Amino acid sequence: MGIITLLITISITIAVVFLAVFYWNMKNGQYDDTYTPSVRMLFDDKPALPEKSSPEKTDKNQVHA
Amino acid sequence: MMMDTDVAPDVSVDLKCFHCGQTCEETLWLDDKAFCCYGCKTVYEILNSNNLCQYYDLDKNPGIQLKHKSDETYAYLNEKDIRKKLLDFDSDTFAKVNFFVPAIHCVSCIWLLENLHKIEPGVLRSEVHFTKKTVSVDFNPQLVKLSTIAQLLASVGYIPKITLEDHIADKPKTDRSLVMKLSLAGFCFGNIMLFSFPEYLGIDHSEKDLMRIFSWLNLALAIPVFFYSGFDYITSAFKSFKQKQVNIDVPIAAGLIALFVRSGYDIITATGAGYLDSFTGLVFFLLIGRWFQNKTYESLAFDRDFTAYFPLAVNRLEESEWRPVVIYKLRRGDQIRIRNMEIIPADSKLLDAFAYIDYSFVTGESKPVKALQGDIVYAGGRLIGTPVTLAVEKQTSQSHLTSLWNNDAFKKIEESKYQKIIDRAARRFTWIVLGIAFITAIYWQITEPSSMWLVLTSVLMVACPCALALAAPFTLGSMLRILGKKQLYLKNADVIERMATIDAIVFDKTGTITHGDEPNISFTGELQEEDPGRIKLLTSYSTHPLSMLITKHLKYLSKDAVQDFKELPGQGIQATVAGKVYKIGSAAFTGFRYKIDQEASHVFIAIDDKVKGYFVIKTSVRKNMKGMLQRLGRKCTALLSGDNETDKEQMKKLFPASTQMLFNQSPQDKLDYIAALQRQGKKVMMIGDGLNDAGALRQSDVGLAVTDDTGIFTPACDGILYGAHITQLCRILKFAQSSSVILKIGFGISFFYNAIALSFAVTGHLTPLVAAIIMPISSISVVGFSTLAVKIAASRIKV
Repeated sequence: MGIITLLITISITIAVVFLAVFYWNMKNGQYDDTYTPSVRMLFDDKPALPEKSSPEKTDKNQVHA
Repeated sequence: MMMDTDVAPDVSVDLKCFHCGQTCEETLWLDDKAFCCYGCKTVYEILNSNNLCQYYDLDKNPGIQLKHKSDETYAYLNEKDIRKKLLDFDSDTFAKVNFFVPAIHCVSCIWLLENLHKIEPGVLRSEVHFTKKTVSVDFNPQLVKLSTIAQLLASVGYIPKITLEDHIADKPKTDRSLVMKLSLAGFCFGNIMLFSFPEYLGIDHSEKDLMRIFSWLNLALAIPVFFYSGFDYITSAFKSFKQKQVNIDVPIAAGLIALFVRSGYDIITATGAGYLDSFTGLVFFLLIGRWFQNKTYESLAFDRDFTAYFPLAVNRLEESEWRPVVIYKLRRGDQIRIRNMEIIPADSKLLDAFAYIDYSFVTGESKPVKALQGDIVYAGGRLIGTPVTLAVEKQTSQSHLTSLWNNDAFKKIEESKYQKIIDRAARRFTWIVLGIAFITAIYWQITEPSSMWLVLTSVLMVACPCALALAAPFTLGSMLRILGKKQLYLKNADVIERMATIDAIVFDKTGTITHGDEPNISFTGELQEEDPGRIKLLTSYSTHPLSMLITKHLKYLSKDAVQDFKELPGQGIQATVAGKVYKIGSAAFTGFRYKIDQEASHVFIAIDDKVKGYFVIKTSVRKNMKGMLQRLGRKCTALLSGDNETDKEQMKKLFPASTQMLFNQSPQDKLDYIAALQRQGKKVMMIGDGLNDAGALRQSDVGLAVTDDTGIFTPACDGILYGAHITQLCRILKFAQSSSVILKIGFGISFFYNAIALSFAVTGHLTPLVAAIIMPISSISVVGFSTLAVKIAASRIKV
């Protein structure tokens, strides 16, 4: 009996903490835009090397032409 | 950088522009890549020199064509007043601004706009909000000016739309509070269910103390649900009670209060476990319905007024210097300068010799009007041709055009206009429930007075029309989504209900039935191979609207030298190219003497005083319009055009015979016409575009704005329809009509469940377990039915 009361208290406390975190995130606008972040994480910053990228580009061009 | 650009007129096979993917008309080459225009090529150059060509790898031909690039400068953004309005945050070394960029459409856009700092070091960080189509830029004001950032965006094809209106009132964020209420209700509902399980399963009597703890915990969890999540229903019910009206919220509020009070009583007196699981579940489901219905299109605005059309600033003469000034600061007598394609911000007097003004925006008249020195030009007109100087006569807010917004149609509150189906159903429902409750109370008072109150609250509890309240949001919400996929964006779900009752449709002509700025041009006669290029060369020097259309129509530009160029106002142009005399202009000017039909505009070509033929310029009607209009039949009530009667014959062939055709209609005339139809008891749908229809769109029961580009501002309306889909109109109407059938069946299902639950309640057998089973089942079956039925209707009607 005593142990159940303890467990319930702990479980409710944790649940309330998560609810609070959810509210906090929402107020910060984390859920305002659900599309852009999903794309943004896929961009990788290529090292800026113009010599290396030029043959690649000609390939691309042939496809388009 | 290599600049091996040259025009290659011999390559006419369908070359796609490397930047924007459009078919190239006159191909420009750079780095072995084809470009359709200088705009696209310039963007490529900028990106290439900044090592940003990854832009082209992320998405195929992601660019935006810059053919109609205006030479707008953003210098006015540096003015103190405007800066203050635009910036979200401003300090010496850090500032934050949010631009609306309608052109954002793909992954590449996001990538490029978030890499602005690689082009302009003064930009600290930029972040795209894709659904809102905005980019927020953090920058260092000491290193880069606000105008430079706007210019940069424009130069890579992402022209920011800056209007006064966006910064006058920020949109209220009601959306977020709904989600918060919903999440709280869901949280409490889940936990209460958990604590109620022992009760459902039948707990041992030895564990009674534990039961008490669970009950009290449930009550504690239910309190925020009652006073926060569900409180809107109670206040709304009270409001409608005060107005002596019964809406759907009245029986809901009665049910919620009955559930909460009865459960509280049961728990406090230790007579039962209460119905708090049903109570929180109810609130949770109801809020889900609301949330589902609240589908919004964040990048679209449905209630813009005229201010959105006007530029933010204009150049004003101040002590012999042109300086940008915010338009609402313009006063009578100010001298302002307007450039090609700019909009005149206030009614003014023309100071220069002449100007062509395109009023299609304001009146629907498609041909530009020629104004002479001293004439009044009206706010909303667009200047075509060389820059002019104007003297302001009236302030923007008092101009001829904006006076339309003082009409009552813009003042009335929309809510009261339509009695929703759900409220009509609710009224009947409420009286029935009250009747049943009353009879039951009397019966139990006589037979067993001690349990009268318990039975009465049970009746009110189960009568709560949760399923009934869910039918409409889910039916209309699903429809809204399906129509959204078909590029008809409605303001809210109520529009569908109103659309179902429409029995008269009124059309605008220019931009709705016809393509606004894409006339059909054909040439009759014979020309030598080199002639079209030379004609284009000559017309490109002229700012006459017809010349401009021909310039746009002809593909290749000749490189021959032009001699003795003359433009004779009202007649045409004349010049010598390669020893031949070219005359382009009116019949009299070129010496053409035959009769031709008057339906279209003509431009004649004479070479060495011999007429070689003429261009016929006709308004082009959208594809497949005739079939759709004939299918609508008698519903097609009228065509209201601000234009002259040139196209009357063409329109007559298109519309059913019963359709009334009115030309030369002012915006006010259109509004009055709609109002007159409504007085005859008709439910009117107005389909139009542009500001000239704004009054009519607002007055009508459903106003749909047609656009070919959602980035362009549309007037206040109930829905935005993509131009290409206008032929779907009769299907869309049929689809909307199916909503009322689906709703009625949904109501039927929820009544059925209510009847079962009531039979338990009336006989005094309603236990928390029965309530906890029946309520979710009824809600889920109604939601499931509505969503499915809408899908079936959509596929059957082939919307």
